[in-house]
Amino acid sequence: MHIFKDTHFDFLRWRWHAIALSWVVILAGAFVFFTRGIPLGIEFAGGTAVIVKFDQPVPAQNVRAAMDKSFPGGADNIIIQSYGDPSQNMYMIRVPSVGAESGAALSSTKQQVVDALTTNNVGKFTEVGTEIVGPAVGRELRSRGIWATVLSLIGILLYIAFRFQFSFGVGAVVATIHDLLVTLAFLAIFRYDMSLNVIAAILTMTGYSTNDTIVIFDRVRENLRGMRRDSLNDIINASVNQTLGRTIITAGTALLTSLALFFFGGEVLHGFAFTMVVGIITGTYSSIFIAAAIVSFWRGTTTRAAARAPATTAPAPQQPQRKQKPQRKVRAS
Amino acid sequence: MSNLRWKVITVVAVTVIFFAVGVWPLIAQRYGITQPSWLMDKALKLGLDLKGGVHLVLRVQTDDALRLTTQQEMERLRETLKTRNIATGAMDATDSTHFKVDGVAPAQDAAFRDAAAEVQANFDRSAGTNGTYVFTMKPNVQINLRDESVVQARETIERRVNELGVTEPSIAQQGQSGDQILVQLPGVTDVNRAKEIIRSTGLLELKIVENGPSPTKEGLMTNNQVPAGMEIVPGAAATPGDAGTMYYLVKKAAVVSGTDLRNARPSLDENNQPAVAFTLSNEGGRKFGNATAQNIGRQLAIILDGRVQSAPRIESQIRSEGRITGSFTTEEVQNLALILRSGALSASLTYLEERTIGPTLGADSIRSGVLASVVGLMLVVVFMLVYYKLSGVNAVVALVLNLVILLGLMAYIGAVMTLPGIAGFVLTMGIGVDSNVLIFERIKEELEAGRGVRASINAGFNRVFWTLVDTHIAALISVAFLFQFGTGPIRGFAVTLFFGLLSNLFTSIFASKTLFELVLAERRQVNTLSI
Repeated sequence: MHIFKDTHFDFLRWRWHAIALSWVVILAGAFVFFTRGIPLGIEFAGGTAVIVKFDQPVPAQNVRAAMDKSFPGGADNIIIQSYGDPSQNMYMIRVPSVGAESGAALSSTKQQVVDALTTNNVGKFTEVGTEIVGPAVGRELRSRGIWATVLSLIGILLYIAFRFQFSFGVGAVVATIHDLLVTLAFLAIFRYDMSLNVIAAILTMTGYSTNDTIVIFDRVRENLRGMRRDSLNDIINASVNQTLGRTIITAGTALLTSLALFFFGGEVLHGFAFTMVVGIITGTYSSIFIAAAIVSFWRGTTTRAAARAPATTAPAPQQPQRKQKPQRKVRAS
Repeated sequence: MSNLRWKVITVVAVTVIFFAVGVWPLIAQRYGITQPSWLMDKALKLGLDLKGGVHLVLRVQTDDALRLTTQQEMERLRETLKTRNIATGAMDATDSTHFKVDGVAPAQDAAFRDAAAEVQANFDRSAGTNGTYVFTMKPNVQINLRDESVVQARETIERRVNELGVTEPSIAQQGQSGDQILVQLPGVTDVNRAKEIIRSTGLLELKIVENGPSPTKEGLMTNNQVPAGMEIVPGAAATPGDAGTMYYLVKKAAVVSGTDLRNARPSLDENNQPAVAFTLSNEGGRKFGNATAQNIGRQLAIILDGRVQSAPRIESQIRSEGRITGSFTTEEVQNLALILRSGALSASLTYLEERTIGPTLGADSIRSGVLASVVGLMLVVVFMLVYYKLSGVNAVVALVLNLVILLGLMAYIGAVMTLPGIAGFVLTMGIGVDSNVLIFERIKEELEAGRGVRASINAGFNRVFWTLVDTHIAALISVAFLFQFGTGPIRGFAVTLFFGLLSNLFTSIFASKTLFELVLAERRQVNTLSI
């Protein structure tokens, strides 16, 4: 069975459209980021979250009313959301503050939440879980998260530059940064909390996307030896086409497992699975449209001084499209 | 041929070994089998997020340890000056690392410097005007003291947690400045008791009462000053800051302290009220015996964490046995005995993070994690079988083998299974079939180019080998940083991915190829391959 048999798509032709589309998504994400910010999970923001399970179904507004009436400062900054399966009657009540970070006072805010529910007779309930994170922990995690991402990108750049050529390393890292930005844009637009799990998914997705890119680069490297007479762009197009079946199938199986996690993995893994789904799609897209295009730009600007195509600014005048040559099957010895 | 036999033997042996370590204990547990125990000990453990329990992060206030040392050294200098008859003005610890001596007479300056030499192992001395001297703790001493106080706090917490009887607790230092302690207590539901026991300083001191009790501090002072060598200690009240607090004037030097204890246990006092009985060490007993013999008829204050619990009258000489009485409940007495046995903390602790996961929440997570894994794996298996037909079976065998090896490796190194870890498992499988896809697609290309089946298979595996090495190493790089970054569950996730990548290399390159060779070895002439 074949999904794609002997395809000859001219992917590089679409690079400007692809880059424009990516910028639209990234800028939309940036707009949301600067106007509404990115919601931080409790590990990063600090605060108190209490998960309670009621014996009877209780409407969310009753919980909010109780907080408004009895929680010091009212319910304005409190997030109240149903947790897990609705039939479980569970709510997560999240307050941005914690008790003082001294002595044993950290959990005093949690006590205030529980007291507010008790005094207003919202219903019989049990605390099934609490999460209280002081500001110091969040601050430290934020810086560590950023460092982990930056260092892993540098590590990948160095490895690919070592195994391939520098231009390939640049292509892979630009593609990965692209995936990172697109994923963050989706997270911002769909208002997912930035949590530890999401960071883990982002780093996993980074690995996946690089993986995808390397497979294509590997084929480009092989074809560079076998197709000496063809232009770099033709070689890149041929390579992307030859690996297209694999790229799509791999994305498919990875997507199947991520979707299973998204639909069946429960509340805790929701953000994680969403990030993976977005990451796999954008990772596949960037391997096909972005990574190789960057290599082409980079090589074009460094080897052909005459063609000073501004790689990062406005679209260069469209070059006349080369006639598509029939692809030879490449069998390098 | 014999080459192939060895490959098959290797694959089978690896499968059996990892199955025994990773899968057998899981199956056996489910059916109540407990043999063989050397395998069952290795069973994969569940993390806190799946099992339920308490997760605490504490910060050790290392400044406390510095302050204590500064004060002790200052008192030592004061004693020396007194015995050598060197008069000074006020002596005062200005902060946790400095103390100041005022008014050293010019005539005694040389003698003072001589006397001060003994504290200069740990402190730098600098002279000011009018016979003022400032002593500053040396930076390396500060670093050592801070490190020691964190290690000491960790060890004390370990002893206390062990006394609590928690199974498989985990206590570790963490944080950028190394002054945080992570405490994980699986299965514990009484958070408040656990927190109180971990955090209590547990400093016990027995001191001779000079005066009191008095309802005011002023009533114990002479000329509005606390007499030298004495201090005023508040009594324990039902609620802190209660108006009914009584004060005691006691000798600063303790007769015995918590370090002289050999044992402490819950008991009852003469009125059948809960109390803590203690036994002193030989050295402590000798000191206590002397002190009680000299002070018969006077009161002895039993001071816990800076509050007088009770002040019984010394009726006769006491050598090694004593009792702490006060208004305690039975539970308080149990906690107190436990804290005293485990030793005092030299620095106070504050909570930075606190999580509790109820057992129901953990069970929910296991259920949804397992469901998602099964669904995800099934989808992948069905896809591979439909798309690659009989060769798909090869991929599925490789996938199952990958699963077995991964479980075995995780169990062998004693890794803890967390919810993100389960997610890592599924993703490893979903992304791991990529290696098979790469190889199979290459084989297809080779077949289409008109090569024979055997040649195509060989070419497929050989050409893809370095691609696989490259992709796996790049992935391992990001996993390494993920591990570095993560705490708790995220580390579990990184560990899963790490070993998943390694076992994937083995199954896709070695096991899968062996399987192809095994199938083809049966037949002499091969014209078609179901792929």
